[in-house]
Amino acid sequence: MTDAAPILRCRGLGKRFAGVHALRSVDIDFYAGEVVAVVGANGAGMSTLMKILAGVLTPDSGEVFLSGQSVRFAGVRDAVRAGIALVHQELNLADNLDIAGNIALGREPNRFGFLDRQAMQSQAREWIERVGLDLSPASDVSTLSIGRRQMVEIAKALSLRAKVLILDEPTSSLSMGETSRLLALIRTLANQGVAVVYITHRLNEVLDCADRTVVLRDGAQVAEFTRDQLTRDKLVGAMVGTIHESQRAEMQSTDTKSKARLVVRGLLTQAHPKSTINLTVRKGEIVGLAGLVGAGRTELLQSIFGVDRRVGGDVFLDGQVVAPNDPVTAARRGIAMVPEDRQRDGLMLEDSVRINSSVVKIAREAIAGFIRRGAERTGVARMIDLMKIHPALPERQVALFSGGNQQKVVLAKWLSTEPSVLLLDEPSRGVDVGARAEIHALIRQAANRGASVLCSISDTEELLLLCDRVVVVREGRIEGEMNIADATEEAITRLAVVGSGDGTSQSEVAA
Amino acid sequence: MKKILGIAGIFLVIVIAVSILSPNFLTAYNIENLLRRTALFGILGIGVGFVILTAGIDLSIGGVVCLAGMLTPYLLTQMGWSPTETVATILLMSVSIGVMQGGLVAYGRIQSFLVTLCGLLIFRGLARGITMDQTQGFQGKFTELRWIGNGRISIPGVEAFSVPAPVLSLFAIAILSMIFLNCTVWGRWMKAVGRSPSAARYSGIPVARVQILAYTICSLLAGFGGLLFVCDVGSAQPSDFGNFYELYAIAAAVLGGYRLSGGEGSVVGVIIGAAVMQVLRNAIVLISWLPDTAEFAVIGLVILIGVLADEFLRRYAANRARTQAKGT
Repeated sequence: MTDAAPILRCRGLGKRFAGVHALRSVDIDFYAGEVVAVVGANGAGMSTLMKILAGVLTPDSGEVFLSGQSVRFAGVRDAVRAGIALVHQELNLADNLDIAGNIALGREPNRFGFLDRQAMQSQAREWIERVGLDLSPASDVSTLSIGRRQMVEIAKALSLRAKVLILDEPTSSLSMGETSRLLALIRTLANQGVAVVYITHRLNEVLDCADRTVVLRDGAQVAEFTRDQLTRDKLVGAMVGTIHESQRAEMQSTDTKSKARLVVRGLLTQAHPKSTINLTVRKGEIVGLAGLVGAGRTELLQSIFGVDRRVGGDVFLDGQVVAPNDPVTAARRGIAMVPEDRQRDGLMLEDSVRINSSVVKIAREAIAGFIRRGAERTGVARMIDLMKIHPALPERQVALFSGGNQQKVVLAKWLSTEPSVLLLDEPSRGVDVGARAEIHALIRQAANRGASVLCSISDTEELLLLCDRVVVVREGRIEGEMNIADATEEAITRLAVVGSGDGTSQSEVAA
Repeated sequence: MKKILGIAGIFLVIVIAVSILSPNFLTAYNIENLLRRTALFGILGIGVGFVILTAGIDLSIGGVVCLAGMLTPYLLTQMGWSPTETVATILLMSVSIGVMQGGLVAYGRIQSFLVTLCGLLIFRGLARGITMDQTQGFQGKFTELRWIGNGRISIPGVEAFSVPAPVLSLFAIAILSMIFLNCTVWGRWMKAVGRSPSAARYSGIPVARVQILAYTICSLLAGFGGLLFVCDVGSAQPSDFGNFYELYAIAAAVLGGYRLSGGEGSVVGVIIGAAVMQVLRNAIVLISWLPDTAEFAVIGLVILIGVLADEFLRRYAANRARTQAKGT
């Protein structure tokens, strides 16, 4: 099936972000006519690898060869011109144009500057037929389902004469029917001589359609299977690796008899309105939410806090109902939320550390609506000291601080009010290793003071370091939970990836 | 403080230039007039500043000024209401206008530009309808009420010059606004909402109520401004009373350091901004070789230059802060 020479070849590709290896010395060859799946857990480096291949990122080390020539792409346009197209997780179509307009975007056929609609449509028709779409090129993209949009994206990539087609989690939002149609198309394209690179979390799809599978873990290439070597167990084993038992923190709390503080009953989130969620977090307990990206953990936290509208269910704090969809009273009741995107949702970047870290507390200690300036200043100074915010300059703009210090400011905003419930969404994302340890210690202190902590963490290793109990979320449902003593990275990943059932039945995914 | 220095500098340069170019500029009579106009437009500017602070805009000010300004003499003379009843009604009406517009923006999630553009048309239309498009005046009565707009407060020992009464209102409103913005929780929240509505929401700040409060204060000050304006001029025509006042107010706020993207601005800056506008309008009248018809062009140009200069200074400061941060 494969030609003698690989069309695309990576040698020693490496990339670091803020000193952390996202990718270390990866060697992979891709051949025309072959479907290669790249799999791994969250943060294993798949996206980084794809971004390098597609010209979004430049590697810190190593080389990429295209048809035997060493290439270094200056950007996506460069890569596209060379015949490498990336179809992104988030679709990149212009909603206000029709299919033909999207396919021709940026290189529209024209006559004296006027659009040549007929040429545009006939060219588009050729490509959409090739991807098996039974649609008029004049259909508006906004009327199409996500699955069909994906097909249009692929048609667009093909129209750019792509020799290598990279699909980044193409099925993450597709229904089963759409998924099987997409997989069939991928096979057809490979037979026509396109090299397809396929990134996914879904093992069934890998087993179905990949000629070859490359497994990444912690940025390194840990295994490679051909189609006949591949089994589910081998795949999961390679993705998970061995467990670092010794790295588990000794400071974990053992008190499991304390009373339930945060109780979630029958909660239905907007993202997964058919999956009921029941959850209890005891006083002083740190519960980790594990799961793949898009499993519904963020939506769960946001629904508890009230920034996301709940479809149904109740949240109780110390036995009393917390009003839904109302972050104002949730915060007043002592529920704190550290959002995933701190730059957008956590901070006022142009304001100072003082303004940011005191914004919740000033309201609690105000007298007749007036801010107590002295109390504010001493409170902020105390938090800067306690949280080791560096540099310790309360009037400095938050935007000028490092990621770790910014996150500490978000934490300071809430911890200064001694919350009873602390909801954390990826609390150490984009935070360096030192600050991460300090943030963990602060979270543990809050729990020891009696707070119930519920945190969503994608990094399984970190989850095991920080939490007392792990709850695994998959496709909006709670797939299982384990006490930290019984939890292993492998068990967590297995639950997160294949679920608690026999693993062969793929559950229904809402389109 | 630094923000005010820029606009204060521009103000001084313009004042010095105009006083050299026209001998009639620095006369007691002219200064008194300038102070009165600055106070009136300053009140509108402070009002719209609250809305701009939350990253919104209020275009309805001219309409509210017109409605309040027309209804005041109308209720007094045509309907025979007492001054107390009239003033209370005007202020209550202004508050309701603000609550409604703010509610549409905050809960209806409609862009403030649209809501208040419709408001601009609706309130002027209402004013013209209620008064049947007839000019309204005080018929020489109600001089006690009119004092708040056209009164003069003499300074002991100074013969030629008195302080226009609206300056008192401006002073009180400015002080209260500064206290609100700098010393109260709601003032802090208002800035937070303007900086990042999302971060404000995630901090448990009642974003919608904060927004509604901003529109309410703005409309209240616009209504009060309309009352002062009509008390000052004595009679008004529904078809043009308050025309473009929203734009003068917004221009004053922007000149005074408010950013349309929200989160930033100072009350003192707006007052100086309003003064700059009035001095410019005055200069066009006083300086003989400047044709009066060029008024809008000159004002527009000066605002543009002011905003550009401000933007360049800001970028320069931001760059410097960034390089300094890297150095440490």
